[in-house]
Amino acid sequence: MADGTNKPIAVTGIGMITSLGVGVAENWRRLAAGESGIHRIARFPIEGLRTTIAGSVDFMGDGPITIPSHSYAMADRALAEALAMAGMSDQEFPGELVLAAPPIEHDWASRRDLSARLGCGESSPYSLGRALSPPPPELAPFYEDFLNGTLGDRLAEKYRVSGSPITLTTACASGATTIQLGVEAIRRGDAPAALAVATDGSISEETLIRFSLLSALSSKNEPPAKASRPFSKNRDGFVMAEGAAALVLEDPDHAKARGAAILGYVRGIGEAADTFHRTRSHPNGQAIIRSMQGAIEDAGLRPEDVGYINAHGTGTPENDKMEHFGIVNVFGADGARKVAVSSNKSMVGHCLTAAGTVEAAFTILSLRDGVLPPTINYEIPDPAIPLDVVPNQARKQKVEFALSNSFGFGGQNVSLVFGAA
Amino acid sequence: MAREVWITGYGLLCPLGETPAAWFDALAAPARWRQSLDAEACAPFPIHPIRDYALERQVPKPGDQRAMGPLMQYGAYAAGLALEMAGLKGDAALLQQTHLIAASCAGERDWELDRQILAKLDTVNDRGAFLNRQLSDGLRPTLFLAQLPNLFAGNISIIHGVSGSSRTFMGEEAAGVDALRVALRRCAAGQGDIFLVGAAYNAARPDIHQQYHAGAILMTGDWRPLWRRTDSGICLGSSGAFLVVEARERAERRGAKPRARLLAVESERTARKPGAAAKVAEREFARLLPLLKAGSLAVLSGASGRGSITAEEREFLAAIAGDTGLPVRGTAAALGHAMECAPLQNLVLAAAALERGALFPPLDPAEPVEAEFDGRVGQILVTSWGHSKGEGMVLVEAIDG
Repeated sequence: MADGTNKPIAVTGIGMITSLGVGVAENWRRLAAGESGIHRIARFPIEGLRTTIAGSVDFMGDGPITIPSHSYAMADRALAEALAMAGMSDQEFPGELVLAAPPIEHDWASRRDLSARLGCGESSPYSLGRALSPPPPELAPFYEDFLNGTLGDRLAEKYRVSGSPITLTTACASGATTIQLGVEAIRRGDAPAALAVATDGSISEETLIRFSLLSALSSKNEPPAKASRPFSKNRDGFVMAEGAAALVLEDPDHAKARGAAILGYVRGIGEAADTFHRTRSHPNGQAIIRSMQGAIEDAGLRPEDVGYINAHGTGTPENDKMEHFGIVNVFGADGARKVAVSSNKSMVGHCLTAAGTVEAAFTILSLRDGVLPPTINYEIPDPAIPLDVVPNQARKQKVEFALSNSFGFGGQNVSLVFGAA
Repeated sequence: MAREVWITGYGLLCPLGETPAAWFDALAAPARWRQSLDAEACAPFPIHPIRDYALERQVPKPGDQRAMGPLMQYGAYAAGLALEMAGLKGDAALLQQTHLIAASCAGERDWELDRQILAKLDTVNDRGAFLNRQLSDGLRPTLFLAQLPNLFAGNISIIHGVSGSSRTFMGEEAAGVDALRVALRRCAAGQGDIFLVGAAYNAARPDIHQQYHAGAILMTGDWRPLWRRTDSGICLGSSGAFLVVEARERAERRGAKPRARLLAVESERTARKPGAAAKVAEREFARLLPLLKAGSLAVLSGASGRGSITAEEREFLAAIAGDTGLPVRGTAAALGHAMECAPLQNLVLAAAALERGALFPPLDPAEPVEAEFDGRVGQILVTSWGHSKGEGMVLVEAIDG
C-alpha cells in the first residue's frame, strides 16, 4: 500500500455469534475443542433439496426470520459485546461504523404477504395497475425494513456512532473489507477508532438453492457435523452458515491513553480483484497472491515471519486448491509446508458476508492464547495439498503474526495480517 | 499533507443521453427533458427510463452482456466511458492499480419466475415442497448471479480489467456519497492514486416499485414540479454514472487531462426528527465555507421529490442563498431520482458543467431557489439528502477556477 503510514491498529473489543453459540467465550471454547455447529436445517422444509444442512443460528429468539431482522439481531448482539469488552458501551463512539451485510431482499413470505395486501392479484403479483393508492400505513415496514441502508442506520443510532455508516458487500470477503476500511480511516487520521461489524442471517430456501445450483455446497448431509472438510481429498463443497462478529478498532495511542486492554493488532491489509470469471479465480492465482503479498508487505514483514494462516478454506475443490497454490507462491514450497494453516469453516461453516470478521476474531484469539484451532474432519488428506492443516485437534503454539484470507465470488480478495498484543 | 485530487474522467448514461452535448441541450429545453418521462411502462408510476444505447460499444462480448441485467449494464457502460475519457481503458498496468468503489442495490430478479411461483403458492397443499421444487427447477445461475450487488463491481473488473481492488457499498443515496468520500479521503491521504467510483440504477423494476409503494413514496398520476410534490413524490430515473478520481501528481505524471478538482465530500446521518437533517446540512456547509468562492457557485441538488424532505432541503438552500440568488437546480425534475446513483450522476453533470463554464437554465422557473445564472460557474455544490436517511455534500471546482 502507498499509505502515508502503515501504523498497526489495535483491537480493543470483540463480539461474536456463530452456530457454535452466542459470545466470544462460548465460541472460542467450542472452536478450540474442535466442535461443529453444523446441523440439519429446521427453518424451512427441506423436502427435495440436495443439501439439507447448515450452520444456521437458530437461538436468537428474534421471531419469524427475515434477512434484515435476523441480520440485525446478530449484529446488535455482537456490537454490544465488542463495545462492552472495549469499555466503550456508555458513550458516543468516536469513529465510524462499517457494516458488512447481505443484500436485503424480500423473502418469499414477505413477497407473498405484500402482494396479497397490496391486492396485486394472483395472476400478476407485481402488477400495481389497480393497486391501492395510497397504500395503508401499516405496510411501511415492507419498505423501510428492506432498504439496504436501514440496518446500518439503526445500529449507528443505537450505538451512537458518529458519521455516515457504511454498508458494504464484497461477497465472502465482506467482513475483511470492513476491517480494511476501519484501519484505513484510523491510519489517515479521520478518527481515533472505528467499528467493523459483519453479519449474515440470510439462510433461506432460495439462497440455499442458489448456491446448490452453482455446485458450491457440500451434499454430505449425514452426519451434518462431518460435511465441511476443508483440504481433505473427499471435500465436496462448503456449508452455508450464519453469524456476526464485531471488532472495535482503535489507534493504539488512543487505546493506551484511556487504559484499554489491547487484544491484538491489525498489522497489514492487502486486496486485489480478479478479472477472470464470476465464480472462479484465474488459474494463475495472481489476485490471491497479490492480496496475501500486499498484506504481508503492508505489515512490514516477510512471509517467513507469519506463523499461522487462518485460511479462507471453504472446502470447495476449487478454493482449497487455489488457496494452496497461492500460499506456495507467496511462502515458497518449503515455507508452505512449515506454516500452520487451518480453516474455522470446518466447524462453523461459511458465514458468507460475516466470515471475514468471524475469522479475524478467531485469529486474534489464537494469537492471544497461543492456541491454533484445528481443521476438523481431516481424515483423508489431499496429496495435492501438502499443508500442515492443524488436523482435527487444536494445537498449543505461540505465534506472533498470523494471516487471515478471505476470497469472494466475483473476484474480491482480501488478506489481513494480525499481530499479538 | 493532503494531496490535491482531480477528476480525470467521467461517464454518464442517463435518460437524456450519454454525451455532455446531449445532456445540456436537453436540460436547456423543457420540452426536450419532459420527453424523457414515460408514464406507461411502469404505470401507475411514471419513470425516466434509459432508452436506446449501444451496449456493445463498451461491453462487446455477448457472454458479458448476458451476465448482467440492465442495472449492471448501465454501470458497466458508464464505467467504460469514464475509463475511456481518463485514458485508462485497456492500459493493464494502470488498471491493476485502479481501485473500484461502487454503490449498488441488488440486481434484477427473474420476475417471470416470481410471477409463476406467486400465482400458485396459495393454491398448493405443501408450500415448502412446492417452493423448493419451483426454485430448484426455475432459478438460472446466469440470472441470479446478476442479482448479487458485489458482482456490479465484479462485472466491471471482468469487462474492463480493473483489478486494484473492488468494493461495493449499499444503502441508497448515502452509499453513493460514501463511495465518493472514501475515494477522496484515500486518494488525498495517499492510500491509493487512482479510483474508479460510480453507481447505477434501474427505474423500471416491478419489485422495487412494489417495495417503495409500500412506503407510499412513489409519485402516481400526473407529473408535478420537483419542489412542490407530496410525500408520495418520487419519480424514479435510470442511470449509470462513473468518475475517475485521481491524485493530481499521478495524473500529471501520466499526462492525464484534469476535468475538475474534487475539493470535499461530507456525509453524516441523523434520525431525521423535524429540523435534524437541516442541522446536519448546516454543519456540513459550515465546514465547506472556507473553500467557497463567492459569485461563481451553483448547486446541483439531489432532492428526491419526497415532499416533506425535499421541502426541508429547499428551505436550507434558500437560507444559504440569502440575497445572493444562489442558482440551484433540482436535477431529479428532468432525470428522475436515481437513488445510489443520484449523487454520482449530479457530480458527473457538475464536472461537465465546470468544463464548459456554464450552468443550464432553471428546471422550475417558478421556484425562487432555482435562480437564473448567466455567469461563469466556477464551483458546484452537489447535495444529497437521502429520501429516507443520510445527508451529504460534494464540492467540486473548475480546474482554472
